[in-house]
Amino acid sequence: MFDFEALYEAQSVPHAIELLRQHPKARIIAGGSDLLIKIRNGEECGLELVSIYTLNELRGVSIMEDGTLRILPLTSFSHIIKSPVIQEHFSVLAQALSQAGGPQIRNIATIGGNICNGVTSADSASTLLAWDARLEITGPSGVRRLHIGDFYLGAGKVDLRPAEILTAILISRESYSGYFGRYIKYAMREAMDIATVGCSVNVKLSEDKKTISDVRVAFGVTGPVPRRAPAAEAAARGMPASMETVEEFAAAVREDITPRTSWRATREFRTHIAEEIAKRALIESIKLAGGELA
Amino acid sequence: MTTKTIRCTINGVPVEKTVDVRASLADMLREGCALTSVKIGCQVGECGACNVLIDGECFNSCIYLAVWADGKNIVTVEGLKSKEGLLHPIQQAFVEEAAVQCGFCTPGIIMTALSLLNSGKKYTREELRYEISGHLCRCTGYENILNALEKAINSQHNEK
Repeated sequence: MFDFEALYEAQSVPHAIELLRQHPKARIIAGGSDLLIKIRNGEECGLELVSIYTLNELRGVSIMEDGTLRILPLTSFSHIIKSPVIQEHFSVLAQALSQAGGPQIRNIATIGGNICNGVTSADSASTLLAWDARLEITGPSGVRRLHIGDFYLGAGKVDLRPAEILTAILISRESYSGYFGRYIKYAMREAMDIATVGCSVNVKLSEDKKTISDVRVAFGVTGPVPRRAPAAEAAARGMPASMETVEEFAAAVREDITPRTSWRATREFRTHIAEEIAKRALIESIKLAGGELA
Repeated sequence: MTTKTIRCTINGVPVEKTVDVRASLADMLREGCALTSVKIGCQVGECGACNVLIDGECFNSCIYLAVWADGKNIVTVEGLKSKEGLLHPIQQAFVEEAAVQCGFCTPGIIMTALSLLNSGKKYTREELRYEISGHLCRCTGYENILNALEKAINSQHNEK
């Protein structure tokens, strides 16, 4: 038995918004693989919950007419991993999610919950950030869209206003077409562990595969929220696809990150790992894009 | 205390249950249905002892609200017994390979094995390790469990 005060089960998105309006203190529960554990551990008690878990209208992955990838927030990690659309256009997301938790966790955990928790170590977040995902948020005054980078306000804090819920994650065609990427998670164990540092890199190469036309990189656990690394991106964008560029890219990472020391790892260790996995992820991304590293 | 009446299918039998909205599915299966193959280990979704199949996928029932089971098809180890009372081939393989010591993790792993068997795929030993990474066994060191899984899952396909 879980120690919470009340459970309101939403029957539709408008109903969920209505329930959140009626119960302004209520927390949203999706798969619950974070929240129920906090309740069990006594970190949260006496909560009112609005359950959206059974809203099948918020499940699925599709491509819209203009080519935008549309990932609905209650889609489980395992369904995203198996999705043919994701496998074809955004396989790095599947690769990132397959490193989260274990099989049963990936069946219950939702991608929307992973983002809305506002946790820096979320395995989906750095990849979505590195692919310029936009979020569609629905609330009492309608629908608004924003870049995922603007959604993160601070550790555990996201830009969800009263009675709003995340209703879609969007990746535009310009953001994914021609890009190839890799996510590297550094953790102590290969399963059921939280990232010490996570890094998602992707590149678009020139037609002759010799120049990095564009590169995007985002980190988890190198700061209070998942963050892009603009100095590293600038160091490699427009540069030759070479080991020299890779080294300069990795060296610039240090300017972008502000990891902290915790019981998991020290600031120095995280900095070292961040540089190293960024480098490896860039090398792998270039190779995936068909480039050869001189 | 708020309760809710749900309808679901458990081990092939349609049932109607009135549950406390705060109950986990593990609470409901053990206390409401006497299905004690569902073990309560960590209660935080880490050990996999409470793993059951819901609509064919594995879930840790300790972190799944009982009310969410409304309309679902749930299978536990009790549902594997054949009409003749024989063990399921997966269970038989666990017996033959001595993949059980204290037995606490066994029902959960059996359910994961069933989902792997139902997938129709073959698995290498490395892939099997990945697939059972949501289960903790503190007795066996996993070797005999992997032997049993290889035997049950891969041999089943050879017979087909």
